[in-house]
Amino acid sequence: MGTYLLTGGNLADGAATQIYIADGVIVEVAPKILHPGAAIATEIKVDGCILLPGFVDLHTHLREPGREDSETIASGSRAAAKGGFTAVSAMANTFPVADTAGVVEQVYRLGQATGLCDVFPIGAVTQGLAGKQLAELGAMADSVARVRVFSDDGECVFDPMVMRRALEYVKQFGGVIAQHAQEPRLTQGAQMNEGIISSRLGLKGWPAVAEEAIIARDVLLADHVQSRVHICHLTTAGGVDIVRWAKARGIAVTAEVTPHHLLLTDERAISYDPVFKVNPPLRTHSDVMALREGLADGTIDIVATDHAPHPAESKECEWQAASFGMIGLETAFSIVQATMVDTSLMSWSDLADRMSNAPARIAGYADHGQPLDAGSSAHLTVINPTASWRVDRDLVASRSRNTPFHGMELPGRIVATFFRGEPTVLNGALVRTVEGV
Amino acid sequence: MRHLLSIADLSYVDALSILDTAQEMARVSDAPVKKLPTLRGRTIVNLFLEDSTRTRISFEAAAKRLSADVINFSAKGSSVSKGESLKDTAQTLQAMGADAVIIRHPASGAAQWLADSAWMSGSVINAGDGTHEHPTQALLDAFTIRKHLSANSGDLRGLSVAIVGDILHSRVARSNVLLLSMLGAQVIIVAPPTLLPVGVESWPAQVSYDFDSVLPLVDAVMMLRVQQERMSDYFFPTPREYSHYFGLNRDRLGFMKKTAIVMHPGPMNRGLEITAECADSARSVIVEQVTNGVSVRMAVLYLLLAGSPTSPGVAI
Ligand SMILES: [Zn+2]
Repeated sequence: MGTYLLTGGNLADGAATQIYIADGVIVEVAPKILHPGAAIATEIKVDGCILLPGFVDLHTHLREPGREDSETIASGSRAAAKGGFTAVSAMANTFPVADTAGVVEQVYRLGQATGLCDVFPIGAVTQGLAGKQLAELGAMADSVARVRVFSDDGECVFDPMVMRRALEYVKQFGGVIAQHAQEPRLTQGAQMNEGIISSRLGLKGWPAVAEEAIIARDVLLADHVQSRVHICHLTTAGGVDIVRWAKARGIAVTAEVTPHHLLLTDERAISYDPVFKVNPPLRTHSDVMALREGLADGTIDIVATDHAPHPAESKECEWQAASFGMIGLETAFSIVQATMVDTSLMSWSDLADRMSNAPARIAGYADHGQPLDAGSSAHLTVINPTASWRVDRDLVASRSRNTPFHGMELPGRIVATFFRGEPTVLNGALVRTVEGV
Repeated sequence: MRHLLSIADLSYVDALSILDTAQEMARVSDAPVKKLPTLRGRTIVNLFLEDSTRTRISFEAAAKRLSADVINFSAKGSSVSKGESLKDTAQTLQAMGADAVIIRHPASGAAQWLADSAWMSGSVINAGDGTHEHPTQALLDAFTIRKHLSANSGDLRGLSVAIVGDILHSRVARSNVLLLSMLGAQVIIVAPPTLLPVGVESWPAQVSYDFDSVLPLVDAVMMLRVQQERMSDYFFPTPREYSHYFGLNRDRLGFMKKTAIVMHPGPMNRGLEITAECADSARSVIVEQVTNGVSVRMAVLYLLLAGSPTSPGVAI
């Protein structure tokens, strides 16, 4: 394993620092490294850059097994590394569904074999995501993959009795249910946020209440059975209020927001370009402002990408026929900088918390999200806050090109990513190619 | 103007120019030889991916009266869910050298999507896209109202029009609210709250749940088709209750102004939103709407394809 000396950078709090990395571990963090090994370490100059703990994504669709045409664990890992992530959480809605120990172990092992970041599988809550019978949650928790986060994402665990039992059952191994909050009856055939724009465009509306009703129900259920619930991709001002209320009552709820919901509104649908079609849908400007405020004040704990790759034919069509979802691993950091840091709503330390420390804590990824101190695992992201770049869908590492940010000029660049003490990205480019990508 | 996708894209001047041109075209239709050579050698494709014989033949008649070559491409229900097909179809039509494509599609935005795509260079005319818009229907409705009720053949200022029924799912209502209000008419939407879209208060129209109180105020009553299957989605309790509160019948005809007209874009559900008696009454202009449809569509094709907004009289 290599030894590296990062020089010229600053910590999130602004302190100038050097970091010495050896054997996968941060050995020393100081304005001037004294460790004798630093003299023969590979020096990497990161002048003017900020050193952050490696980002952790709690909501990633990697499509393998089953839809390797749109993404693989290898290609998704490359996109993650390029985006500054050192851990991602592979959602369970694959083919077959990740609802058995066998599938989650396969996903976990493919991630390790790729070796660009940790790929932690999320287990399905119910068999086949059908919402009827619990999947073998214990077996997935006990597997090599040590699953702690369970989600039927893409589908809502709608039956309140199933949700109650799932919340209770995962308490025995410290698990958490990540809920895709979508009342199915209120969203049948829904295409976009229900409001003035959907009415004008003649696209079937997806009311905010369909999301909020499930969030309200589930925080009350979590309270009743004294378990943990995590709300995936919060999108409405009302949802933020409910989570804020629940936290004030001491309910063990956590919540995430995606970068695209922090930036884009339902006005994007006016183009009828399905690249803006996503589940849950883009909401209004006042929702976006409430999400930013909620993320800043900690009501919303984390940013999660909901990276959802789709092949071209799923998006090159009329809106109604198109698939829901957008890719986001490679743009997440820049969107958060643009919407939260450059607007002075959050500090760099807050960003590190929302994109690394807090998601690792929620999911129980003990090796990730650690402070940049001597003894911590060397998962680092080096960012240049003053650089900017133009998003080009033809240059993404992901296998799919469905980014809603194509052509946008975004602030902040991922300069380097270190995973277990080795660089996966240097000078903004992937360090090595991976077979099968 | 290169495409006609939505009334929202039209200016006041565009709209009046279409109506005025349609008036000229109506003269052609009344002549013994109902044909102009204007679009000779041009290829117009009727791309109908949803059933609508009436709209299709109206466009076909309009194109033929302008001497265009018409290709009918109907693929009702075929692989509409397979998105790829519209792209393939567009490329096929481009390869065939279509000068204009008239598209009817079950998905909202399909016409705009086709026009914005790089796969086709011809004009796109929206003949109804999902629950979004049906601009030529609104134009023919405005033409019909103007012909009957407007003294000066200008716009529709001073007139009041009620649009009654399933506003939520109606592309005809969306286009008409935009066009009639742009032309100066006062528009009153009448429907049960379940059949009104969220945000309707932002539309340039008044909203009422009380049909009877609106009837004496308006110069035209436009009844919209109500699909029986709406009942199973809880939009209203029974067809009988719907007819009772929102159907046009003999009693309600009696509340209308003496000069007011009855309209319906068709096809009608006789007995549900309108009784046969009203549909066939002297106040009904429903059959005439069909005739006017051809003139308006001739005008649209002429203005899009022949280029200049001058009177077609010059071209004869
Ligand atoms: Zn989801």
